[in-house]
Amino acid sequence: MIQEFKKVWKPYVIGMLWMLGLLWPMLGVHPDGTLTFQKTFTVWSYIVAGSFVILLVYVLNASGSITFITNPVSKAVSGAKSSAQAMPTWVWIVTALVACFVFPQFADRYGTDVAINVLLYICLGLGLNVVVGLAGMLDLGYIAFYGVGAYTYALLNTVYGLAFWVCLPFAGIFACIAGCIVGYPTLRMRGDYLAIVTLGFGEIIRLILNNWMELTNGPNGILGIDRIGWFRFAFEGGIGFETIWVKKLGLFYYFALGLTILVVIGVNRLNFSRVGRAWESIREDETAAELMGVNTFIYKLLAYAMGAFFAGLAGAFFAARMKFVSPESFTFLESAMVLCMVVLGGMGSIPGIILGVAALIALPEVFREFEAYRMLVFGATMIIMMLFRPAGLIPAKRMGQRSDDKE
Amino acid sequence: MSDQPILEMKNVHSGYGSIKALKGVSIKVMPGEIVAMIGANGAGKSTTLMTICNIVQAEQGEVLYEGRVINKVNPEKLPTMGLCQVPEGRRIFPRLSVEENLILGAFYRNDKDQIAKDIQHAYDLFPILGERRRQEGGTLSGGEQQMLAIARALMTKPKVLLLDEPSLGLAPIIIQQIFDIIKDINREDGTTILVVEQNANLALQAASRGYVMETGEVTLEDKASSLLENPKIREAYLGE
Ligand SMILES: Nc1ncnc2c1ncn2[C@@H]1O[C@H](COP(=O)(O)OP(=O)(O)O)[C@@H](O)[C@H]1O
Ligand SMILES: [Mg+2]
Repeated sequence: MIQEFKKVWKPYVIGMLWMLGLLWPMLGVHPDGTLTFQKTFTVWSYIVAGSFVILLVYVLNASGSITFITNPVSKAVSGAKSSAQAMPTWVWIVTALVACFVFPQFADRYGTDVAINVLLYICLGLGLNVVVGLAGMLDLGYIAFYGVGAYTYALLNTVYGLAFWVCLPFAGIFACIAGCIVGYPTLRMRGDYLAIVTLGFGEIIRLILNNWMELTNGPNGILGIDRIGWFRFAFEGGIGFETIWVKKLGLFYYFALGLTILVVIGVNRLNFSRVGRAWESIREDETAAELMGVNTFIYKLLAYAMGAFFAGLAGAFFAARMKFVSPESFTFLESAMVLCMVVLGGMGSIPGIILGVAALIALPEVFREFEAYRMLVFGATMIIMMLFRPAGLIPAKRMGQRSDDKE
Repeated sequence: MSDQPILEMKNVHSGYGSIKALKGVSIKVMPGEIVAMIGANGAGKSTTLMTICNIVQAEQGEVLYEGRVINKVNPEKLPTMGLCQVPEGRRIFPRLSVEENLILGAFYRNDKDQIAKDIQHAYDLFPILGERRRQEGGTLSGGEQQMLAIARALMTKPKVLLLDEPSLGLAPIIIQQIFDIIKDINREDGTTILVVEQNANLALQAASRGYVMETGEVTLEDKASSLLENPKIREAYLGE
């Protein structure tokens, strides 16, 4: 055990000193110019103590002194794993669906609100996954299409008084068109260049929303957007329709859930279709795909348009829920966030992305008290993830297995 | 067959920006023959094939396929016309399974039943691929990847197959195997083959005619057997 400890104490001490160096500028330097050390040291000492305990457990484990604990635990874990794998996929799907359906019955307003957020981000994540995970194009301006969808509904509703369900397809289609317009000139580029150009175009769309005062009311945003309307047969005085507004958050949740399920089914089908295979070939090797007869330009544009379409739909829901849109909701940080969800969850994997979204939306809510350190925790999580699960929380199923599935 | 070439380049110039890689290349490939193009590293062999497929645009001159100018035809249209390339370095899809690589070879085709049969045929031709059908392409050995690349190209049902350095980085015994298969494909299906090689010996043994390429130009054109006996060629390309 002493031997094991000797191996790790040096990096530990260096790491802790480094931590102190990083911590102080964050906690000790105040906006008014005063410098303090007290708080830094208390926080630091907590971290040192905490990580020392972890280190101790690690050393004990490495030297095999706590096998009486670890053995049963690892046995239990592997047992749970194998029984989880033995369960067919549909059991998982049904369980998840049932859980989603009963959720608002148990959650309070706040919980439902967070859940709606999660659902909308799942749509965004899955849409971005088509572009990044399947077609392999790094898109850093993705949130702009979410914005286009949201503004489409906001404007059609406030200016022309159109109902949500009428606007929803338009939100998708306009986002799709925006995707094609942005995609057409940019998709000739590859790799890093594409990432930078999409970043630029994303900002351009946001700036248009921000600066076109007559149309979008600029940074003040658009107020007074209608909720989702819902038709119901009215039998009094002949048969007709009556509009009821979806006021209860719980009801909105179900609409968002419906959208999410549709998007999941859509993305899943795309995934296994001829189109999905073409996208994957482009991701793997664009020139080879071209030589094999894949029209890479059209398929890349299609990936971009499809991704934008899903974002547009989610955008309309976003506008209907908030009843207010402003360019602030569609900044680069949001694009980065969605990308993080996709990468964290596992590119190309639908359950992975769902989990990634849940982790990145729900966790910060849980740790709301640590608001100030949110980004710190966020960064640390990403680093730890990349170290231990570089392919994401639930990595995409190996393609080889996918061929198996079909038989 | 006729004496009309199935593939022809007429005084083709091409390059990468200011770099001129081909300076007036003219070649003819007759239906049903194996033609070898040999040349040192950087001579412009790969560029020749990429220019035929219009991945690299010809700046001057004409590429003719079955008597039709194909300079302006998009690369992805060529497999539908029966012209397919196995690019240098194999370029299989590494994270797709062997079988999915083959399915992608048949991307433009709609005849599902025939595709299934052709995949089976590919496994008969390359039994090792059948054993590895579920394995990711990227985890295959170099020789297996080359076989997969050839099998994938065969899935397009090519009339003309362009092969770019199939021997690159492979052990001699595997190279021999690959060239045997190339000869088989030519003999059994009547597929015309243009093979580009640094390994001049094997390529010329398999071919009926050969071209020698140096710094973007064809410097010599002859029957393969004569090229093999040519002392200059023996010295420059066969290491004697
Ligand atoms: N993508 C590229 N960009 C710029 N120059 C290139 C590129 N590919 C090849 N070249 C140049 O074109 C010439 C011919 O290359 P290539 O056709 O690959 O030769 P070979 O296949 O005979 O080894 C070389 O001088 C090479 O440096
Ligand atoms: Mg080459």
